[in-house]
Amino acid sequence: MEDYLRYIPHTQEDVREMLEAVGVRSIEDLFGSIPKEQRLSKPLDLPGPLSEPDLIRHVQGLESPILTSFIGGGAYHHFIPAVVSHLASRSEFYTAYTPYQPEISQGTLQAIFEYQTLMCQLTGMEVSNASMYDGASSLAEAVLMAHRITGRKKILVSEAIHPEYRKVIQTYIDPEEQEVVLIPYLKKEGRTNEKALAQFLDQDVSAVIIQSPNFFGVIEDLKNIGEGVHKAGGLMIICFSEAIAYGILKPPGEMGADIVAGEGQSLGIPLSFGGPYLGIFTTNEKFIRNMPGRLVGETVDLEGKRGFVLTLATREQHIRREKATSNICTNEGLCALMATVYLSCLGKKGLRELALMNLSKAEYAKKVASRIKGCRLTFSSPTFNEFVMEIEGDPEKVLERLRREGIVGGLPLARFYPKLNRHLLVTVTEMNARQEIDRWAEVLEKALR
Amino acid sequence: MPRWDVEVVDVNNLIPSHLLRKELEGFPQLSEMDVVRHFTRLSQWNYGVDSGFYPLGSCTMKYNPKINEEVAGMKGFAHIHPYQPESLVQGILKLMVELGGFLSEITGMDQATLQPAAGAHGELTGMMMIRAVLQARGEKRKRVLVPDTAHGTNCSTSTVASYQVVEIKSNERGVIPPRKVEELMDEEVAGIMVTNPNTLGFFEEHLAEIAEIVHRKGGFVYCDGANLNALMGIVKLGDLGVDMVHLNLHKTFSTPHGGGGPGAGPLAVKRELAPFLPVPVIEKEGETYRLNYDRSQSIGRMKAFYGNFGVILKAYAYILSMGAEGLKRASEMAVLNANYLMKGLKGSYHLPYDRPCMHECVFTDRYQEKHHVSTLDIAKRLIDYGFHPPTIYFPLVVKGALMMEPTETEGKEELDRFIETMMAIAKEAEENPDLLRQAPTKVKVRRLDEILAARKPKLKWIPNK
Repeated sequence: MEDYLRYIPHTQEDVREMLEAVGVRSIEDLFGSIPKEQRLSKPLDLPGPLSEPDLIRHVQGLESPILTSFIGGGAYHHFIPAVVSHLASRSEFYTAYTPYQPEISQGTLQAIFEYQTLMCQLTGMEVSNASMYDGASSLAEAVLMAHRITGRKKILVSEAIHPEYRKVIQTYIDPEEQEVVLIPYLKKEGRTNEKALAQFLDQDVSAVIIQSPNFFGVIEDLKNIGEGVHKAGGLMIICFSEAIAYGILKPPGEMGADIVAGEGQSLGIPLSFGGPYLGIFTTNEKFIRNMPGRLVGETVDLEGKRGFVLTLATREQHIRREKATSNICTNEGLCALMATVYLSCLGKKGLRELALMNLSKAEYAKKVASRIKGCRLTFSSPTFNEFVMEIEGDPEKVLERLRREGIVGGLPLARFYPKLNRHLLVTVTEMNARQEIDRWAEVLEKALR
Repeated sequence: MPRWDVEVVDVNNLIPSHLLRKELEGFPQLSEMDVVRHFTRLSQWNYGVDSGFYPLGSCTMKYNPKINEEVAGMKGFAHIHPYQPESLVQGILKLMVELGGFLSEITGMDQATLQPAAGAHGELTGMMMIRAVLQARGEKRKRVLVPDTAHGTNCSTSTVASYQVVEIKSNERGVIPPRKVEELMDEEVAGIMVTNPNTLGFFEEHLAEIAEIVHRKGGFVYCDGANLNALMGIVKLGDLGVDMVHLNLHKTFSTPHGGGGPGAGPLAVKRELAPFLPVPVIEKEGETYRLNYDRSQSIGRMKAFYGNFGVILKAYAYILSMGAEGLKRASEMAVLNANYLMKGLKGSYHLPYDRPCMHECVFTDRYQEKHHVSTLDIAKRLIDYGFHPPTIYFPLVVKGALMMEPTETEGKEELDRFIETMMAIAKEAEENPDLLRQAPTKVKVRRLDEILAARKPKLKWIPNK
């Protein structure tokens, strides 16, 4: 038997009987509607078929080594409790489609409802959708939404938001309708320059976008910014890439946010070389009808029993077609489920303690780093679990030295900020044992000697 | 939580108090067993491909091989940071380049990006690329042609990409008539979005001619590859004049849909369009793979990092498991199954386009209407019999549509069981229509009040005070 037939059950006898029932003589006759000259005359040029053991051997050869890591920058190495993957691996969840038939999708629907609830609580907002692709595309959708609401042209974007998120916004907007104005960060503090921002706040501003903790790990002071934006009649969009920070930080909803767009990867989702992740999107009730993406709502069945359905779908592409608020259809449902299980496991105390541990470990690393000769912390503002440091030496060479010792020592910032060409973004999570941090500092010191 | 091995900092000394929260109001605090029982119970109220037959049209709900889940969970993939230095991820980059090559080979294209996170995201990438190419030519076009059989995403994608949608009426054979395209196509039209096979389950037999018409006026042909499961190894879309096509890895290439994602929507394009692909592009220099961010004509980025790699891995494993002959066999059996289903149900249900189909077929509730039974009732009754209903009320060109896609992973026995059940339901519609109108009665909840849900939106749990 050919190996691929493990996924296709038809016997020769079945095929013969079925062709007969259909009333054609051969399989080729089934494709009669395709003009003959267009049909392929030779097989596709592809490798395989491989049996399961051969496949495993092949992909094992492509795996990457796992090193001690101090990199973050929008994707974080956190511990994932075994429960998360066990529950998300229940195939009633992961082999289901979008819950279009609510009576047999109550599991998915209730889980999303719980996810929406948790996201509202985490971000301090009134409504959450069922998820977007990732933090970056969620933010881009927030920008489009702000434009729909305000009809205004200008978007003030802090230079300290994740540079890749900035690129995605730039791709999503129509340059004839909207323009991005970059707001610099304070060179000493690493926070967005409020004064510079205030100069641009006028009647053309659709939204202001601030990330906190920002790309440098710095916690932004959002309160005054929010007030200024609202006075000018624009919207405040707050984004984040490290959700764990909100175990201790004041939620964006209490800092004047109108829309919150965040990355939820930290909430129980593996790094997986950049995806699939989880786009968090929350806002306030008055903007519901302008929101992109799916929403799950509570209702009752014929007998008055509590149940859940997809709702307010008149915003969505399958109903509204060209008038929809977004073109999103498939989102990141299973990742939302993973985040829901993860947060249910940690609970309110666990998430707070985890946030505190990340903060404490990063502070410890800052302390040992600041003692190293040739190594200087760049920004003075408070940070969460990552920080920027400048080193006297070629970052690539220093990192190469660390790599030889099995350590990925930080993310060089030159690619993102050409002026920060001797700077590293260093991330420390609960996964970095104190010993690892000490070892990192030790090798770093030698490399800088 | 790992053990504390550093000093616990005093948060109030580090961060100004007005930036700190007091507590996570409303958050749960549960034992692990509570969590496990809760979500296990939720899963039991769900229905997946592993639960039973799932003939949801245009969604290609085929079996999701378990080995692919294991591959995606391998530590050397699942625990790898996207900014891990290139020298340490050569295998991963190689795999991504190879998958791009496989997808290009299957569709007859030259280069692919794996960045889009879903089908609609692939569409948006494609339409933005078209906008960029036209801009580079110094042209600004206003409209996009979309047939009336298209998925809703094609229309909304065009709008997001700042194009007006012009609808093309399909003809009595359920396909796009080239004459109509000729009439509508001019120098203000950026291109056409076609799904092939279309949502009625028919091969767009005039696509090559349509592509010629569109190209003659400087436009582009975008193909929605959601229904590629009918065509692997049979025909290459690139040979028919298609300029770009997205693929739904969570449909054709067997990655699970996850109850609404994550999917992946790679976009494959012809050579002329390649300079406009999103960055980074993975390139091979000698024996080394690297991420190239420096491409002046690129549209930019569609998301952070490089795509839904976990999903990409599963599709890669699937293609290697199947090989060229396996993929062709999959398409052949998918088409055989759909035709067998169509033949079996013809007579019991009204077939609006009575001609052989590709991977899916569309029936309606016209025969049942006289008993005051609708497509919705038929769908809900199927639930009582333990099946997932087909796609209903889509495509829009068919009134009361029941759109069925069995996929190749179902065998004859299962199809026979489904056909018998559908025939029994047709009989019930005549003899005891209330059974359908009251359905479902055998699952967790009865029919739900969707109007109430929309009128008084309750979108989160609010604790009783």
